[in-house]
This record gives sequence, C-alpha cells and structure tokens, in this order.
Amino acid sequence: MTTLIEAPPTDADGLLPTKKKRSGGGLGQYILIRFFLIFPTILILVTMVFFLMRITGDPITAALGGRLPPEQLQERITAAGYDRPIFVQYFEYLGQLITGNFGTTLSDNRKVSEMLTTYGSATLELSINAVLVALLVGIPLGMVAAHRRDKAPDAVLRIFAILCYATPVFFAGMLLKLTFSVWLGWLPVAGRAKTSSELALTALQAPTGIYWVDAVRSGNMAALGDVMAHAVLPAVALGLLTAGIFLRLVRTNVIGTLGKDYVEAGRSRGVSEFRLVTKHAYKPALIPIITVMGLQIAVLLGGAVLTETTFEWKGLGFQLATYLTARDFVAVQGIVVLLAVIVALTNFIVDIVAALIDPRVRY
Amino acid sequence: MSIEPSIAAENRRAPWYRRLPVVSHFNKSVGLQRGMLVAGLVLTAVFLLTAIFAPLIAPYGFSQISAADGSFPAQEAPGGKHLMGTTVGGYDVFSRVVWGAQTAVLVIVVAVLMSIFIGVALGLVSGYIGGWLDRILVVIADAVYAFPSLLVAIVMAIVISGGRSSLWGGILAAAISITVVFIPQYFRVIRAETIRLKAEPFVESAKVVGASNIRIMSRHIFKNATRTLPLIFTLNASEAILTLAGLGFLGFGIEPTSAAEWGFDLNKALADTTSGIWWTGVFPGLAIVLTVLGLTLVGESINDLNDPRLRGRRAASAGKGGPDSTTAAQAAIAAEVSSS
Repeated sequence: MTTLIEAPPTDADGLLPTKKKRSGGGLGQYILIRFFLIFPTILILVTMVFFLMRITGDPITAALGGRLPPEQLQERITAAGYDRPIFVQYFEYLGQLITGNFGTTLSDNRKVSEMLTTYGSATLELSINAVLVALLVGIPLGMVAAHRRDKAPDAVLRIFAILCYATPVFFAGMLLKLTFSVWLGWLPVAGRAKTSSELALTALQAPTGIYWVDAVRSGNMAALGDVMAHAVLPAVALGLLTAGIFLRLVRTNVIGTLGKDYVEAGRSRGVSEFRLVTKHAYKPALIPIITVMGLQIAVLLGGAVLTETTFEWKGLGFQLATYLTARDFVAVQGIVVLLAVIVALTNFIVDIVAALIDPRVRY
Repeated sequence: MSIEPSIAAENRRAPWYRRLPVVSHFNKSVGLQRGMLVAGLVLTAVFLLTAIFAPLIAPYGFSQISAADGSFPAQEAPGGKHLMGTTVGGYDVFSRVVWGAQTAVLVIVVAVLMSIFIGVALGLVSGYIGGWLDRILVVIADAVYAFPSLLVAIVMAIVISGGRSSLWGGILAAAISITVVFIPQYFRVIRAETIRLKAEPFVESAKVVGASNIRIMSRHIFKNATRTLPLIFTLNASEAILTLAGLGFLGFGIEPTSAAEWGFDLNKALADTTSGIWWTGVFPGLAIVLTVLGLTLVGESINDLNDPRLRGRRAASAGKGGPDSTTAAQAAIAAEVSSS
C-alpha cells in the first residue's frame, strides 16, 4: 500500500551524522538528540505555512474583502499590523508561538490556543478510539492471513485491506451512517453525545474533555452508554482506514517470522500451529507496528479532519473545516501549526518507545 | 540486489512489446496474482475509457438541470430517465459521475507528471551533488512528508486559488496541491538511488572519460534510477484521487458549474443521508472506491512481481532499520513470488 511505500528512509542515509557516530550510545543521549530534532521540523513547517499563506495577501482581506468598504478594511489591516514588512511579522509570529499564543481567529474572535484545549480532547478521543479499532481489526486478521497464506482467507483479507485503503474515510462514514443510523436506527447519526449527557458531563469538576473518561468518572451510566453509542461509527470509519495497513504489516512480518528457525524448533517440539502464530511468531511482528503507528499519526489526523466533518464530531478537524469555509486563515494557520506540533511530538514519543523496545534502533 | 539474472536475460531476448511494464508483469503472473492484476487493469481501463468518452456516455451535461421537456426533478430516486437519480439541485447523478472521471484523470495526469518532473530533478541533483544543498532539501522534504498530506494540500489550495475556482483553475490548483505532497516521495526514491549509483564503477568511468556532471546525471544515473517510477506512478495516481476527493469534500473542489468532482458531490450528499437519500452519495463514492481499487490492484501486482528491492526497502524503513524485518520481508516476498 502506498502509505507504507512512502515510509521515510532511516536516518542512516547521511542526514544525521551526529546520530550515526553514536553507535552504542546510551538511551538518554538518544532521547536528548531525538528531542532536539523536533524543533527544526516544526520550524520548517511553521515557516512554510506562514509564508505560503501570506503569498495570497493578508488574512483580513481574505476573510472580509468585498464585505467591508476599502477604508475600513485598510483600518483593520493597519490595526492588526498586517501592513508591516513580512519579516517583522514573521519573527513576531514566531515569538508569539513560543509563548503559546497562536493568534486570534477573525470570524469569531477566539484564541486559537483556547481552541486546542476545547476541541483537542475530542480529536484525541476519536484518534484513540480509531487506533483501538485498527489494532483490534488489523492484528488478528493479519495473523489469520499469514496463517492461511495463499489460501482463500488470505486472498479475501488482502482484498479487504486494499478496500480499506481505497475507501475514502468520508465515504465509509457515509455508508456506516446510512446503514446503522438511518436504515437500522441502531446508532445516532452524528455528534459526540446527546445534549443532556453533554451538559451532565461538562458540569463535572475538571472535566478531561474525553467524554467516556468523564462519564466513567462521574459514574453516570446513561451518559456512558450514550457517549459510547456516538463514538462507534466515527471510530470504525477512521479505524478501518489504518486497519488495512496494520493487517498487511502483521501478515508480512508473521510470514517472515514463521520461517525462522526458532519457530521451526517450536513446531518440531509439538507446539500447536495456533500457538505458534499467536505466541511465537507475532511478537516480533509488533515492533514494526509501533514505528508505523508513528507514521500513521499523520494519516490519522488527516483522516480525522474528514471523519469529524462527516460525523459533526466537534474536534479540531471539524473546526478546521468550518474555518476553511469561513475563509478565516488565521484560525486555519493556527490549527495547522498546532497539528504540526502534535505530529512532531507523537513521532518523538513513538521513536522513544521503539528505542525502549528494540535496542537496535538506538544509533 | 537486482532482478534475478535469469529473468533479466529472458526479458532481453523477448520482443519489445513483451517487455512493456504491464505486459511483462502479466506474463510473469499466475493464479491469484494474475487475477488481481487483471481485475485492476479492467477497472482502470473502465475508468480511463469513461473519462475519454464522457461526452458520449453521459446523457446530460455535468451542470445541466433541465432538458427539452422541462427542468429535472430534485432528489428523484434512481430509475427512469435518471439512471442514478438526481441531486437536490437537480443535477443528474449519473452524468456527474461520468464527467467526474474526466476531472479525476486530468488532475492525476497533471499532478503526477509535475511531481515526477520536479521530484526526479531535485532528487538527482540533491543526491549527486550532495553537501549542504542535499541536507537542506532532505530536511524540507522530511518535514513536508511527516505532515498530514491533506493539510499540505489544503494550504496549497488556499495559496493557489484562495478556495474554489473554474475548471482549469480548479484542476491546476488541485494538481499543484497534490504535486507538493508527492514531490518528497519521488525526491526520496530518486535521491537514494542516485547516492547508490554514484559509487558504481560506470559512473566513475564516465567521469574518467570526461563526461560532464549534467551528462552523467541525465544519461547514466537517470536511466538507472528511474526503473521504479512506473510503480510509484500507479500508487500515486490512486492517492491523487483520494487527495482530490478529500479537497473536494472540504469544499476546495471545483465549482459544480465548471466541472464535476466526486468529492464535492459527496460533500453535498452528506446532508441527504439523514433523510435516507442514498443515491447522491453512494454512486460518486463507489466511483472513487472502484477507481482507487483498480489503480491500487495494478500497482500492488506490479509491486509483488517486481524485484523484491522496493518492498524490502518499504519494510526496512517501516521497521526503522531493524535488519531482521528487511531480510524477513524480502524472504517472504521472494518466497511469495516464486511460489505463486
């Protein structure tokens, strides 16, 4: 699948000579170096997004142009400082970012950083649910495909994996909605919870914003059921997107390990074929999954934007789509930069976890 | 690690038409593999033919809302005069699905050609010259690569057209947005190949006989480094369709009056689903799925039948340098290719 082929080359291609020299270096050193590598990535993305968005002109004209008389427009541009040299604005923007100030939206005058805390948890909840679905579907099916390799189940599962990839997440969402909400009426159509449970949950002291955590904490079983019912379809829609990739990955790796000597040794001692696949062969296959999960975060966040729009799941992606329609490019820029930070941080965490599990990763 | 010598030798003896990318793969394939390749080829052919003959196939124009006998009814169920029903605005769904194929092909061709051209050029230069230029390009490519591709495309779409626009404006905007996403991929593959080839004796001998850098890059390295491109082309074409649909779904598509675009139609259909109107969304959605499925099947089959190197690399980078995973994957692929 494409998403796998694009996987970036390892750092061994000469990009990071400092890292390469440290063969056998300690874990602490690795974490430290890896941590400082976050910043150039974020800086490049922020710089690119900033200058690209400014090529088209200032955000105020984009949002309000044509709706305000030219004098008023000019007044607002001057007030916001958009008529100053672009580099002055750029460094000011960088300075603001360091202090956590992502700017204020034009359309509804809210702090972008505030948006993160309000809607970030919703996106986080959706992502966690989706990853759970992807793992629950992908790993067992991958093991089945590897076990019944080149037989009918394998063929079916491979087609299934390609279909998972070929179906746009919003179309999958639409089909799920049509089937389970409109025709069967089993699950709610959209949103994160009923208004009543939403109110009950926000009344909670120090809510996490992740609804099922809040529902469990409050002990409100009706709200928990409601939240769960709302979470199923979006999680499945987004989860299936990644499930196909996990399935293929597990399949390839389990096939690889099934041919290893230690598996053969187990087989000759009479370990059952089922136990060989589930106990012996699949564990080494999990290490690549963890690294691929890091790469999937980008796919997942891109998919979350579309899933949230499909299901009116009020998270960062939904807000992004709303601001895009409103042509509010300050907000768009803020959210994009924020997602860049999230992607860089998750990749960092994933790399550390991979290093903890597999010492060979540390250079 | 190249194609097995026996296969390569066979290819050299075969007439030219048997050595064409897809034909040679077809001849190498058997069983399930061949079935998947054929299914993919059929789907892709249907997609391409629909795009080429859209004016003949589609009963109405993509923005037509009335015929000689009056305006089309809104939200009519499939059947009768409208094979796939009509939308809330009175568009004929079948016609828009057919015309959508044309838009998709245009965008893919423009996008993939542009990204191949730029990506290959940058990859060659970066890999061959090296030094600080290489470092900078790699860091930028990695940063763009790590970022959700849809968001990159959104930012580019804003930059190019400030949103939606006319047919060619929209197609160019979508194509350029997709190009920016894809350049890093071509860049990476070509750069890695170039670095590997740079050390080969034939490059050194070219240097010794006095060939210029440009000649070495354009003749000696280019031809050797681009063998994997047909494969990436097919895989990227399918991703281009998904990106285009994603952009359209978020309202960055092409205005319904200037062209038909599947993602845009799906966006409009979203509101219909709650009232049980399925035909406005299901048909354009199926068009996307079948097209991507066809292209992916072709790409996958070529991938499986090609030399194991690419899949080896894929597993290697996925496993972040775990030497085991590479060899395991390669062994698996080798076994798979030989057994099937």
